Amino acid sequence: MQINSPHFKESAKIALHDVGLQKALGNLKAGFPTKRAAAVARLPEFDQLRDEAAALKNHIIENLDIYLEEFEANVLKNGGHVHWCRTADDACKTVLDICKEVDAKTVTKGKSMVTEEINLNDFLEKNGIEPVETDLGEYILQLRGDHPSHIIAPAIHLNLEDVSDIFHEKHKRPKSDDPAVLMQEAREMLRKKFVAADVGITGANFCVAETGSTLIVTNEGNGDLTQTLPKTHIVVTSIEKVVPTLEDMTLFLRLLARSATGQEFSVYNTLSTGPKRAEDQDGPENFHVVLVDNGRSDMVGGELQDMLRCIRCSACMNHCPVYGAVGGHSYGWVYPGPMGSVLTPQMIGIEQAGLLPNASTFCGKCESVCPVRIPLPKLMRHWRESEFSKHLSPKAVRWGLGSWAFFAKRPRLYRWLSRAANKSMRLLGKQNGKISKLPMASGWTQFRDMPAPANRTFMDLYKTQKASEKSS
Amino acid sequence: MSKAEILGSIRRGLKRGEPTHTQRAAVAARLTPHGHNLIPKRALLPHQEQVSLFTAMAIEAAAEIVELESEASIVEAVKPWLKEQHIDTLTIASDAQLDTLDWEGSQLQVQTGTAHVGDAASLTVAFAGIAETGTLMLHSSKESPTTLNFLPDNHIVVLHKRNIVGPYEEAWKKLREATKSIMPRTVNLITGPSRSADIEQRLQMGAHGPKRLLILLVSDSK
Repeated sequence: MQINSPHFKESAKIALHDVGLQKALGNLKAGFPTKRAAAVARLPEFDQLRDEAAALKNHIIENLDIYLEEFEANVLKNGGHVHWCRTADDACKTVLDICKEVDAKTVTKGKSMVTEEINLNDFLEKNGIEPVETDLGEYILQLRGDHPSHIIAPAIHLNLEDVSDIFHEKHKRPKSDDPAVLMQEAREMLRKKFVAADVGITGANFCVAETGSTLIVTNEGNGDLTQTLPKTHIVVTSIEKVVPTLEDMTLFLRLLARSATGQEFSVYNTLSTGPKRAEDQDGPENFHVVLVDNGRSDMVGGELQDMLRCIRCSACMNHCPVYGAVGGHSYGWVYPGPMGSVLTPQMIGIEQAGLLPNASTFCGKCESVCPVRIPLPKLMRHWRESEFSKHLSPKAVRWGLGSWAFFAKRPRLYRWLSRAANKSMRLLGKQNGKISKLPMASGWTQFRDMPAPANRTFMDLYKTQKASEKSS
Repeated sequence: MSKAEILGSIRRGLKRGEPTHTQRAAVAARLTPHGHNLIPKRALLPHQEQVSLFTAMAIEAAAEIVELESEASIVEAVKPWLKEQHIDTLTIASDAQLDTLDWEGSQLQVQTGTAHVGDAASLTVAFAGIAETGTLMLHSSKESPTTLNFLPDNHIVVLHKRNIVGPYEEAWKKLREATKSIMPRTVNLITGPSRSADIEQRLQMGAHGPKRLLILLVSDSK
């Protein structure tokens, strides 16, 4: 996927004025957060489960090498193959080699963000293999030559008319304003593809070390058809998805659906363990797991280690005021929202993604809903610091911070200045306590009023308080 | 090559070399006893209440439930449900239980084996039911082809009340016991029929998997 993160500001501006997108984003705000809140309210142990899940993830990361080797050993024991891939490029080539081995013409795909991350579809197409996305949202996007704007609701930026238009164009059938009719159309179109595919590619939400199994969590059933019907099943997943046992996986599953869609449980939670057995009547004959690193192992032991706990539920973006205003595409790469603002700089470089960790109000909502308690604002702050220390921040920001530091180191001057600023701002807002125009801050006052400051500065109040404490 | 690089990079981050015997043993000790994490109170119930919870949760997930006195009534329950949808064919798992039923007199065209595109309905037997969320557990085996669970438009599942458990943890235990800890190729946890809300966040039933899921809940013989 092309990287557009350096143009975040321009993209966000366009997004804010895009009537269709704003309508579509409205559906998100009314949907996921309300449903999540209801599901959480029904499970009194939810917060305790979050604590356990965060602790378990930390334990896994501290023993990640051991669990990955254990997982590999058990995949092999069950007749599967494991491929370790350091980079996106390695992973694409590995998948292509497996496809070539079985002389594949078409592959069906279940929903997978890791395959978006490594840009697998483009790579396969360039090498003469047709990838067919089968998740309804992903299918719509593939027909449009579009990309997901959300990690679990990929087509959330589209409206019904967009879907109807592209189906009409590609399927040559009448338009419809009924989502049920459109979904039925996609179902019919994809049936043939499921059966004809030589290879099925899915992601994995978890890899179970104990059994060598991978697990997918879906609602549509497309992932299951993708991995059951073709002769070869390739699981493309990443190294931080490993969990010790089925019981440990269960802990995360109790959190995942509730945090994501607000469901008690997703419709299909499916474990795959090796290829079909001698006595099985169906299932793939070959089972491959492609383990992608792509920058993750470098996060171990560093400032970003907590991000490896992420289970890709999307709660952070569903509750983010910035995501809700500008949508996922503005972020300019695969992972949007708060989790994307932390992950993207790691994967494509802070030079290109520096604007993302800055596009946050630091309201803290993301951290408050994260099922594995990732301190997302703290991690975004880490990137801001790293950006500043690498001299990547814009001149205006550096100049502003520099001059603030100059005064902050000279407390008398600082207090005198803030008192003066306080006075003049109160003059500006003396009519109703609101300032509607402020020099050099039109970007703020164009859309809302700035409240006039209180009568006395913090330091004045502090002094009075101290004095009264002493006298009492 | 890549494996050594990835493991090396992880170990650099952990500030240690290859794990010691003690470190490996500590992980092994965590893997084998299958200790569980916190289990929500909701799932810890006497069996009779597990059955009620299973039923309520499965219905909430849009599954349909018909209670049967015994296996002998399966055919009689399946017939009207299919007839109502104008379906006269059924693909059944080659399960010993199902084979002994009187399909001859059912006026249904019954075939056994795997599912194919265009199949209208399938009938399979669940390994377990998980009360916590109204979830069915099925697993691949000689008697239970996986395609039957996903390809047909309608999926009918026989679930014996005695196979209902409270939390998922009990189902894993039951699975390990039944398979002597050899994981089947696939284990399917199914909670209601297929659905998608990918178009405008509006929930539609029957995306790629079965559009309807009927659970035949069979009482235990006395």
